[in-house]
Amino acid sequence: MEVGAEFVQLSLAPIVIGTLAAIACALPGNFLLLRRQALIGDAISHVALPGIVVAFLVTGTIATWPMMIGAAGAAVVAVALIELIKRLGRVEPGAAMGVVFTTLFAAGVLLLEQSDTSGVHIDVEHALYGNLESLIWFDAVGWSSLADPAALAGLPPQLFRLAIVLAVIVVFLVAFWKELAISTFDPGFAQALGIRTGAVGFALVVASAIAAVAAFDAVGSIIVIAMFVCPPATARLMTDRLGRQIAWSVLFATTSAIAGYVFAGYGPLWFGSADAVSAAGMIATVAGLQLGLACMIGPRRQRTGQAAAPH
Amino acid sequence: MTPDAQLELVTADGRRVSTESAPCPLEVRGLTVSYGEKPAVFSVDARFPSGSMTAIVGPNGAGKSTFLKGALGIVRCLAGEIRFFGRPFKETRRDVAYVPQRASVDWDFPARVIDVVMMGLYREVGLFRFAGSRHRARAIECLSRVGMQDFADRQIGQLSGGQQQRVFLARALAQDAELYLLDEPFAGVDAATEHAIVTVLKELKAAGKTVVCVHHDLSTVSAYFDRVMLINMRKQAEGPIAEAFTPETLQATYGGRLAASQIDELRLGSA
Amino acid sequence: MTTLDFFLQALTLQGGYNSALVAVGAGLLGIAGGGAGAFVFLRKRALVSDAVTHATLPGVAIAFIIMALLGGDGRWLPGLILGSAASAAIGLMAVEWISAKTRLGEDAAIGAVLSVFFGLGIVLLTVIQTMDHGKQAGLDTFLLGSTAGMLIGEAVLIAAAGAVAVALVVALRRPMTMVAFDPEYAATLGIDVRRTDLAMMGLALIVTVIGLKIVGLILIVALLIIPPVAARFWTDRVDRLILISAAIGGVSGYTGAALSAAAADMPTGPIIVLIAFAMFALSLAFSPLRGVLASALRHRRFQHRVHLRQGLLALARGEAIYDRLTLRILRRRGLIRGDGVVTQDGRGAAGRAQLDETRWTTARRLRADDPVLERYDGLTPIDRILTTDQVAHLDSLLPKPEST
Repeated sequence: MEVGAEFVQLSLAPIVIGTLAAIACALPGNFLLLRRQALIGDAISHVALPGIVVAFLVTGTIATWPMMIGAAGAAVVAVALIELIKRLGRVEPGAAMGVVFTTLFAAGVLLLEQSDTSGVHIDVEHALYGNLESLIWFDAVGWSSLADPAALAGLPPQLFRLAIVLAVIVVFLVAFWKELAISTFDPGFAQALGIRTGAVGFALVVASAIAAVAAFDAVGSIIVIAMFVCPPATARLMTDRLGRQIAWSVLFATTSAIAGYVFAGYGPLWFGSADAVSAAGMIATVAGLQLGLACMIGPRRQRTGQAAAPH
Repeated sequence: MTPDAQLELVTADGRRVSTESAPCPLEVRGLTVSYGEKPAVFSVDARFPSGSMTAIVGPNGAGKSTFLKGALGIVRCLAGEIRFFGRPFKETRRDVAYVPQRASVDWDFPARVIDVVMMGLYREVGLFRFAGSRHRARAIECLSRVGMQDFADRQIGQLSGGQQQRVFLARALAQDAELYLLDEPFAGVDAATEHAIVTVLKELKAAGKTVVCVHHDLSTVSAYFDRVMLINMRKQAEGPIAEAFTPETLQATYGGRLAASQIDELRLGSA
Repeated sequence: MTTLDFFLQALTLQGGYNSALVAVGAGLLGIAGGGAGAFVFLRKRALVSDAVTHATLPGVAIAFIIMALLGGDGRWLPGLILGSAASAAIGLMAVEWISAKTRLGEDAAIGAVLSVFFGLGIVLLTVIQTMDHGKQAGLDTFLLGSTAGMLIGEAVLIAAAGAVAVALVVALRRPMTMVAFDPEYAATLGIDVRRTDLAMMGLALIVTVIGLKIVGLILIVALLIIPPVAARFWTDRVDRLILISAAIGGVSGYTGAALSAAAADMPTGPIIVLIAFAMFALSLAFSPLRGVLASALRHRRFQHRVHLRQGLLALARGEAIYDRLTLRILRRRGLIRGDGVVTQDGRGAAGRAQLDETRWTTARRLRADDPVLERYDGLTPIDRILTTDQVAHLDSLLPKPEST
């Protein structure tokens, strides 16, 4: 085997999948952050569990598509419930969110315990950590496999799914860039222009849910929550331009995915331990370190926009 | 008031003139908006004739801003019929520019001055398209009308309150509308900005546009505007300054909150 | 014995010493959670506690590692609680630091802290798995909580700590109520708002760490959030809100733990959360004060009053009415005929509405600052607010009706 063959076979696919997942979540996360809805990502990833359990109970299989549809459906239901409770009960958004996602998560755990899912591979831990490490490219023999169609076809299917989802999200953001920017900055003005701000907000949440569910299947919910918030937040501290912020967030998502995976897989070796630690957890940790650093030295970490003294 | 007829204007000397050619830019009938169980605006009828400049004046919490938002459909109305240029708002958005209160947005948003002004070109740019150099030139031109052309690439968070307000006005100018609805454009701005805004608004009027401003400073009403609508949940008075901006109507709107001496002063100012 | 019998036994504390203790502990935990949560809720920081609960995980793991490395039992509950409290406190400080020192909002700070601390915790858990002492360590029960196989000593510890937390809520209720109600006014009374806020989050932290073993760290935040949100539907008063919230929390904790003890496949944490949610849902729907049904009815009535009034005034002024709802209401009350012509009743009602309107206008013009007249809402007839004599006096001042 040529040099790096082991790396290509064991690590390349997880790194690429982790990176795609991180970017897919970070992109809509930018707008969620600016809308002060950063925790929607948190809510969406909590309710994926009940969605998946219900999908399993309905279809009786653990095929990917029913699961993803179930999780996405649960996300939409959760967001609708949050909106309903907020409006009907006049409950503040944070509290409404807390009520909904804890309840749905509890319902998911209860359903899981009540139903006979012992034989199949859904459990809470899997939902949290994902199984990034197990996404091995069996057909690869080395870097040359990247040019081998037969070997490429053997790549883990999560990779293709995430690539498609990422493309969909990029298209959505580009197509509705103006609507998203205007309704995020000044909803009243957007409405007067005839932009349906409610629909734009809902579309953003649906895009986020799609990203979360595709990523969730591959990498678990910890990365999803962390990637919705951390790379955009870090990017927010680097620039005052929306386009650049999004570019920075893609960069930070990529670096945390790659560095996190490498630290998790090879870090313990440096300390003389043979066993790898959780890649999902490490990716979130690296994203947090980047954010911590930006909070201390990011060039645009301070608030602007308090009305300065008129001159 | 019937919907078909009444295309009439009352001139300053009380004569009724027909204005069949120009439907009223904004006509509101029975507008009621309520937050909870207490109406903020109750059963207000109002007409804002073409080419006029109207101040909406009233005490704090009297429903001035709510009236505008209700007319624009930004808040839900409990009752009321609203016509822009004789048609529903949906069909006439292109002709209406709205300037929200400056404090209603987060000025820490990652955008430059030019980005904000180009929001006003939204309808012109069109769905799924991006603004080009032609639009940028238009935006710069609008900025220069409010004296802000040198700030085009400035981050909006770095602006003073007055500059922020001028950027908002430039954004409305970019819409090139027939009717301009402004919510407190003079709140918390410096004297230079106030002057710049008034100049632009008067230019708009001179060009035949219609301007409606929520306004809080009674002392400048008669200098800046030619019409006034006094509101305190109910409409108290509406019409040309000389008729509607009187000690009686002010007393009715503000009650004892406005001392009689102040009212006299205002009258002297407008005389 | 049926499940119901088990449940009743557990509810009445006859299901064995252990499950009785757990139920009492969960009940106390619920009371403390509802009480502390009420303050957190009133300060609009419900989700800060979510960050705090997730931030416990690395502390639990580090405490385990330290205790194991020192040769002790890594699972010693007091040590784990201490570790979780320490890392949760760090998480809380991180949230406050990020939202105070940078441009990021509190929501971003919460999301970042909860995901990063949780991620770090997972990394440490996988480290523990590879340690010799590891063997999964049973630490994963902290994620979702588990009362099965709980040691007597642990149950006693939880019940005692729950009692302490309840006592703290009671002791601190006055300053916290003041701060929750009006922080600026509280400050003028000499209450240190910042320290009170810290005490409040500290209380939430105590509830969290006690609740880890029973409810688990993902769901414990529900005990801080759901009871106060449910209680809010029933009252507008702070002191009652706290009591009701504590009661809802207590009932959820107690019945949830009892129910879970009665059936094997009923995990304690989720059951407690779902019972709390059931009470929330009932409150949301049926509370006469702010419930959805009551609000919808009130809104409809209010809308009808508005349209009726506007319609009557339009009739009195001879203006045409186009609003369909207004027309329907007038028609149904027999004030206009099917073809829109005003009936006798309609003319009378319109006249009265117009008279009332004139009275109001005159009264407000004459006595604009009278607090009685501040109750003007455009709908209430003035003779319901003024005495008959006052109305008669007012009538003598009315402007002469214009001849049309």
